Amino acid sequence: MLYELMEKQYVGFATLPNQVHRKSVKKGFDFTLMVAGESGMGKSTLVNSLFLTDLYKDRKLLNAEERINQTVEIIKHTVDIEEKGVKLKLTIVDTPGFGDAVNNNECWKPITDYIDQQFEQYFRDESGLNRKNIQDNRVHCCLYFIPPFGHGLRPVDVEFMKALHEKVNIIPLIAKADCLTPNEIKKLKDRIREEIDKFGIKVYQFPECDSDEDEEFKQLDKELKECTPFAVIGSNTVVEARGQRVRGRLYPWGIVEVENQSHCDFVKLRNMLIRSHMHDLKDVTCDVHYENYRAQCIQEMTSKLAQDNRIESPIPILPLSTPDVDTEKLIKMKDEELKRMQEMLNKIQQQMHDKDQ
Amino acid sequence: MAATDVDVFSNEEKRNLSLGGHVGFDSLPDQLVSKSVTQGFCFNILCVGETGIGKSTLMNTLFNTMFENEEASHYQNGVYLRPRTYDLQESNVHLKLTIVDTVGFGDQINKEDSYKPIVDYIDTQFENYLQEELKIKRSLFNYHDTRIHICLYFIAPTGHSLKSLDLVTMKKLDSKVNIIPIIAKADTISKSELHKFKIKIMSELVSNGVQIYQFPTDDDAVSEINASMNAHLPFAVVGSVEEVKVGNKTVRARQYPWGVVQVENESHCDFVKLREMLIRVNMEDLREQTHARHYELYRRCKLEEMGFKDTDPDSQPFSLQETYEAKRKEFLGDLQRKEEEMRQMFVNKVKETEAELKEKERELHEKFEQLKRMHQDEKRKVEEKRKELEDEMNAFNRKKMAAETYSLSQPLKKDKDKKN
Repeated sequence: MLYELMEKQYVGFATLPNQVHRKSVKKGFDFTLMVAGESGMGKSTLVNSLFLTDLYKDRKLLNAEERINQTVEIIKHTVDIEEKGVKLKLTIVDTPGFGDAVNNNECWKPITDYIDQQFEQYFRDESGLNRKNIQDNRVHCCLYFIPPFGHGLRPVDVEFMKALHEKVNIIPLIAKADCLTPNEIKKLKDRIREEIDKFGIKVYQFPECDSDEDEEFKQLDKELKECTPFAVIGSNTVVEARGQRVRGRLYPWGIVEVENQSHCDFVKLRNMLIRSHMHDLKDVTCDVHYENYRAQCIQEMTSKLAQDNRIESPIPILPLSTPDVDTEKLIKMKDEELKRMQEMLNKIQQQMHDKDQ
Repeated sequence: MAATDVDVFSNEEKRNLSLGGHVGFDSLPDQLVSKSVTQGFCFNILCVGETGIGKSTLMNTLFNTMFENEEASHYQNGVYLRPRTYDLQESNVHLKLTIVDTVGFGDQINKEDSYKPIVDYIDTQFENYLQEELKIKRSLFNYHDTRIHICLYFIAPTGHSLKSLDLVTMKKLDSKVNIIPIIAKADTISKSELHKFKIKIMSELVSNGVQIYQFPTDDDAVSEINASMNAHLPFAVVGSVEEVKVGNKTVRARQYPWGVVQVENESHCDFVKLREMLIRVNMEDLREQTHARHYELYRRCKLEEMGFKDTDPDSQPFSLQETYEAKRKEFLGDLQRKEEEMRQMFVNKVKETEAELKEKERELHEKFEQLKRMHQDEKRKVEEKRKELEDEMNAFNRKKMAAETYSLSQPLKKDKDKKN
């Protein structure tokens, strides 16, 4: 029964959102972003452009021979950034070496292992007795860079995304979009969207608009969804364009501006990733990907336990009802054995009895 | 599912970077807020106090709503808890409010067990949450949280000190729930009496180690107001839903022949302070404390009871794998032992029965032999007798024959004599 409060008298729990706001600002936020794609796709440049900073001072790039047998490494960069009083602990997980070797069989394995490791760590922490200072290192989002040079998704792209789509939110991006004309971009996007559907890859979906949002918002939302995968351009340099200093790339034939919506989808990506859906990415990771991992982990454990036929376990989980079925079976078996032995005994007795007669 | 350990190189120095422009993540709190608002909030209040002390009236006054309730009777034979849930809405904020009443508290003649139903209820809500958290397929984000966020303890306005029941109950509750003690029906105490009463109550609580809820002073935005409010505890409140015209305004008040006690007048009572603290400033903190402190304590105790440990005797954190292996070995060992025992028992039993049966067999044989011997004896005896008899008969026959022969020869002799 919904109680409508009398208008003139204000109770005050409408301040709850403000209380939540205040507490969250005080606590600070954290976010882990993974970037994956071949070398030279512009991943580092894009990250720098997104966060308007330079994360990659003094890094060493390998040349071709060094990369023949390159294995995939996982490198984490953690930075504390603050804006208008809001603190964010940002972790960028780099995957250098992905797709660089000549034989790239299962080159995504170190990446999936890393993601699983973070889940496992969180699972252990969450199941422990002292949960005061759990650190959340789970990967909240993975930006996957698709090269613009081909006709769509390549086998390595498909395999990578399929290996990861149920563990992390994947946002596919078309890298270095300044080598494609608007028509080519449209064709490529349509092609990629088709192939994503065809191969059953589950990329991150924007949550549906609330039905009570205004029309303009809904329209924007629709446009955003039709624009995926975003075609992005990044830049570490600032150039002068149209009288302003902007991030861009200087070519003899013109200047590509990173933040110009008609040049590329960078602004859409930034708005979506940081300004409107960052929290939702975290929520989906917690509520969907992590829960799936956890459920799977527990089921594996309990099926092992059921084989050993016991109900205890090293981490707190509820006892399942299935072990009872197996226990029942075992009990039945033992019962029958006992019965057989009893019969044999009776027979012996009978024999002796007969002898007496 | 155990991931192989990947070599992770992390850039050890966690640096503070300055941003070259407006990135936009300052909207993160707003994103969080809009999600919470869509989800809706829930809040659970427990009111503990004697029958008739004003719990329901205070709830009505606090939330400006006539929650349906009738007067409780004094003749309950125990304390029981009555939770009721209401959906409230203010501007765009939905609140699922649950008010739990303690019916019959303080009415019994023997009140030793009065606190038990309350503690049980609080524990049950924790237990339900824990069960949900331990499920395999769980949905914590849309779970209706029934854990008690705040316990308002109503102290009777005697003017002297706490009652013994109050002390005992609060001591049992302070580690399980946030307690705010309030002085009920404060319109029967004068200002000076009130001051002394408050000091006495607080000193009794402190000297008995009762931990009541402290309004948090670590957040700059609210630390000042919270700190000053902490000094006004326990709040002396008056509740009323009746409206009285005072001057040219209509306010909620209690009308007496000697004057009007206005609920929202800060010089009359602390109702406004209570509302401010409870609802407008610290509601979220109460929920957080319940989850982060009281629930975690309950969970830790419960899990320790069930036998889970965090670290092994050498204080190394258990790895899941090791724990599993260790427990598995332990269990298999147990299982084997039990099997051995059972087998041993069975073998023993069989041996016993076998021995018994052998014993019986031997006895039977013996008996048989014995009987046989007896039989033989008898037979022999009978044989002897028969022989004797035969001998006698033979002897007799011979004698008979001899006698006959003699008698035959005798008559001849007679004849001979006659001839002479």
